[in-house]
Amino acid sequence: MDLLNNLMLGFQTALTLQNLLYAFGGAVLGTLIGVLPGLGPVATIAMLLPSIYALDATPALIMLAGIYYGAQYGGSTTAILINVPGESSSVVTAIDGYQMARQGRAGAALAAAGLGSFFAGCVGTIIIAAFAPPLTELAFKFGPAEYFSLMVLGLIGAVVLASGSLLKAIGMIVLGLLLGQINTDVISGTPRFSFDIPELTDGINFVVIAMGIFGFGEIIANLGQPAEHREVFTKSVKGLWPTRQDFREAWPAVLRGTALGSVLGVLPGGGALLASFAAYTLEKKVAKDQSRFGKGAIQGVAGPESANNAGAQTSFIPMLTLGIPPNAVMALMVGAMTIKGIQPGPQVMTSNPELFWGLIASMWIGNLMLVILNLPLIGIWIKLLTVPYRFLFPAIVVFCCIGTYTLNNNNFDVFMTAAFAVVGYVFYKLSCEPAPLLLGFILGPMMEENLRRALLLSRGDWSTFMTRPLSAGLLIAAALMVVIVMLPSIKNKREEAFQEE
Amino acid sequence: MKIKSQRDFWSGLLFVVVGVAFACGSLVHYSFGSSARPGPGYFPFGLGVLLALLGAAVLFKALTIESEGGQPIGAVAWRPLLIVVAAIVVFGFALPRLGLAITLPLLIIISSMASDEFSWRDAILSSVVLTLGSWAIFVWGLSLVIPVWPTFIGT
Repeated sequence: MDLLNNLMLGFQTALTLQNLLYAFGGAVLGTLIGVLPGLGPVATIAMLLPSIYALDATPALIMLAGIYYGAQYGGSTTAILINVPGESSSVVTAIDGYQMARQGRAGAALAAAGLGSFFAGCVGTIIIAAFAPPLTELAFKFGPAEYFSLMVLGLIGAVVLASGSLLKAIGMIVLGLLLGQINTDVISGTPRFSFDIPELTDGINFVVIAMGIFGFGEIIANLGQPAEHREVFTKSVKGLWPTRQDFREAWPAVLRGTALGSVLGVLPGGGALLASFAAYTLEKKVAKDQSRFGKGAIQGVAGPESANNAGAQTSFIPMLTLGIPPNAVMALMVGAMTIKGIQPGPQVMTSNPELFWGLIASMWIGNLMLVILNLPLIGIWIKLLTVPYRFLFPAIVVFCCIGTYTLNNNNFDVFMTAAFAVVGYVFYKLSCEPAPLLLGFILGPMMEENLRRALLLSRGDWSTFMTRPLSAGLLIAAALMVVIVMLPSIKNKREEAFQEE
Repeated sequence: MKIKSQRDFWSGLLFVVVGVAFACGSLVHYSFGSSARPGPGYFPFGLGVLLALLGAAVLFKALTIESEGGQPIGAVAWRPLLIVVAAIVVFGFALPRLGLAITLPLLIIISSMASDEFSWRDAILSSVVLTLGSWAIFVWGLSLVIPVWPTFIGT
């Protein structure tokens, strides 16, 4: 059994003391930022990227992965207890979870979320282990034309499924691709759009963009809003164990949420956020008594929470097998691999098997740690919710500043980040979503290289993208996605879904 | 003609301006090549044109399709915007010259002023805790090369 051997190797790697410590660190940090509203995994991972220079690749990626799925656990705590989603993927958890807390059933809601997430995390990990190798096989058949088309599909999918205005989101992708053009042209060696600034000839560091837009841009936006008044149900958290009735109602929701989340996580643009929205809608559809939703239905907590964790896990599949990030967090993971000198793509599984399987095994271990961290130790996290934002944001500012400086030990990156903070605020004001921009920026140079290589191979014939069957299939899928979203009936539904945010 | 959606209008304009700038820049400065042998200007030119077209479409929508309440941009939060950006720039200037020990308290106090709830007591408390914490994590723990003391004191 190849799979068993591979998993054995993975557990051997993940169970070393060092890797266990980093998995634990990632899980703790992920829960922390998940609990704290206004600080998401994108900004946190961006902040931490400079510090991974000092680490080996495997522990570094194990820690960063832990932050992402840890945030899914932590986010539900905040949603249930104070009706503010700690994480965007817990928006729907707040609807029923908070109502349960008001009825004194906060413990049951937290347990449903935590146990559901754990189950989903385990399934997600198995799915990655089972599906990654065959997908990797497929990826080796890809030429430059296929890669280009795959990236088009990935970028289109990312905005079709996961953003408000389609036109603006595609604009943001192209803007990101253009920002990625500020570099030295790989083929001819010409520096482009650098205005003779030597630092710009290496390209803008993606950490600078992520921190400026996601870290600082959000701080400015948060500070611009009046202080919120929170009502925290800290005292009512007792009796963590759900009743028999709760169990009976919750487990089918967990199964459905896990299945839905696993599928949606793999899709481009998928991941935790989309999965939780879809799962909530599904639970509402299949429930016998729909009127209980919004008034404290445990299915409304168990379903979306399982789905967002399953989605968070399976969104690693396209990143690990194809090197193509399906969402902003995975884009940062790709960046982290590049920092550590690993070219993301199908060859990672064969060239760095310890990293590949160790990461997968660590996810299962991390999920186990998270259940323990989030259920028996819930009291600690509740205390954190009482930390006011005026203490929180200077800390974020400090970490971002030090992070950008240490990228190259150079204050040029700090000034660039300041500029992107302004840009980020402008995007916020114009309701342009920044996540597609980051995806475009990361994929830009890869896309250009593959496009130009494909054109060189076909002697300048653009039809190569349509005559090669795999490439044509991918492009047609991308076009279909846009067409389907434009259909009036779907368009209205989609807009409704995003307005609920 | 009346603007039906402020936010879309300005985003569309932004896309058009940036797209045209990139397209012109790549045509003027870099060789375009041909499809068979694409030059460094090939891809950015195409992208610039695409962005300008998308921007034009967004503009057109903003001018024709009615939106709820006109989607105003709303008040700009000048105070946090300017203070946070200024704090970052000060950090960039000061760190190589004054070191972590002086720069961080400066950064924290300036950025704390961006909040409506600013108080000297809290800002100083944050400065002490965060400066010591950052030293422990970055300099001592991760042994990153960051100047700790001002250059005029020397080591």
